[in-house]
Amino acid sequence: MAVLQVNPTRMELSRLKKRLTTSMRGHKLLKDKRDDLMKKFLELIRENKELREQLEEKMAQVYAGFVVAGASMDDAVLQEALMLPQRQVFASVKTRNVMSVNVPDFQFNDTGGEGRDIYPYGFAFTSGELDASVDALQEVLPLMLKLAQAEKTTQLLAEEIEKTRRRVNALEYVQIPTLQETIKSITMKLDENERSNLARLMKIKDMMVAQQRQASQG
Amino acid sequence: MQTKIAVIGDRGSVLGFKAVGFDVFEADTEEPIASRVSELAKNDYGIVFVTEELIAANPDVVEKYKDDMLPAIIPIPSRRGSLGIGMENIHKNVERAVGADIFNNG
Repeated sequence: MAVLQVNPTRMELSRLKKRLTTSMRGHKLLKDKRDDLMKKFLELIRENKELREQLEEKMAQVYAGFVVAGASMDDAVLQEALMLPQRQVFASVKTRNVMSVNVPDFQFNDTGGEGRDIYPYGFAFTSGELDASVDALQEVLPLMLKLAQAEKTTQLLAEEIEKTRRRVNALEYVQIPTLQETIKSITMKLDENERSNLARLMKIKDMMVAQQRQASQG
Repeated sequence: MQTKIAVIGDRGSVLGFKAVGFDVFEADTEEPIASRVSELAKNDYGIVFVTEELIAANPDVVEKYKDDMLPAIIPIPSRRGSLGIGMENIHKNVERAVGADIFNNG
C-alpha cells in the first residue's frame, strides 16, 4: 500500500491520526447505511417483482378483451369511441425519504368524470365487450401506479446502494490502510530521529569527557 | 406536485388507455422516442409507460432517466405479449445493488 507523501513531523502525525479516526467512523456509518439500505431494497424488490407479475398477467387479459371488442366492431367506430376521454388522470407526487434517498410517492388524482361513468362513448354503436375491456383497464390503473412507484423506488435505491458500497470499499481498502501505513512510517521515522539524536549526544559526551581528562592530565 | 401520466406505444396497444384518462402518444414499433420522452419530461409528466418493444428499440431512454426521481419510465407489455424486459430490469436492479442476481432461481 502506498504511503502518502508528507513530511514526517509530529504535527503531520497528529493530523493523520485525526483523519484516520474520522475515516474509521465514516466507514462504520456507511457500512451500517449500506446494510440497512440493502434490507429495505430486498423488501421492496420482492414487492416490485410481485406487482410486475400481476400487471403482466392482467394486461394480457385486458389486451385480449380489446381484441375481442375490436373484432365485433368496426375499427373506425372503435377509434372514435375511445378518441375523446371523459376525464384525465393525474399522479400527484410527493417526495418520500427512504434512508436519505428521495423517492417519489404517487397518488391517483383524476379530473372530470366525478359521479359519471368512465365510458367516453355512447352505448349505441359499441359492443358490450368494449365496456368490459375499459372496465378491466380501469381496474388495472391502481396496479400500474403502484408498480411505477415501486419500480422507481427500487431503481433509486439500487443506485444509492451501489454508491454507498463503493464508498465503503474505498474507505476500507484504500483510505484507511494508506493512513495506517503513513502513520506507521512517520512514527518509525520519528523514532529513528530520536535514536540518532541520542547516539549523537552520547558520542559528544564521550568526546567531552575524554577532552576533560586530557586537560586535567596535561 | 401534480404530474401527468403518459403512455407511449403502438396504436393497437395504447388505444384503450386513452379512454381511462392517460395521455396517449402513438409510436410505431422501433421508432426512436428519445426526443418525445425528453419533451414529456420537461412538461411535467411524472410517469411515462412505454411498451416493451419501444423500450427494446430505445434502451438509452431508460438509461437516461434511471437515476432521476422523475419521470419514471415504466415498461409495460404490448398487446403482443410480454417480452420479459420489465422483469429483466428488476433482475438488473438486483444485480446492481447486491452484486449478484439472487432471484435467478425463483
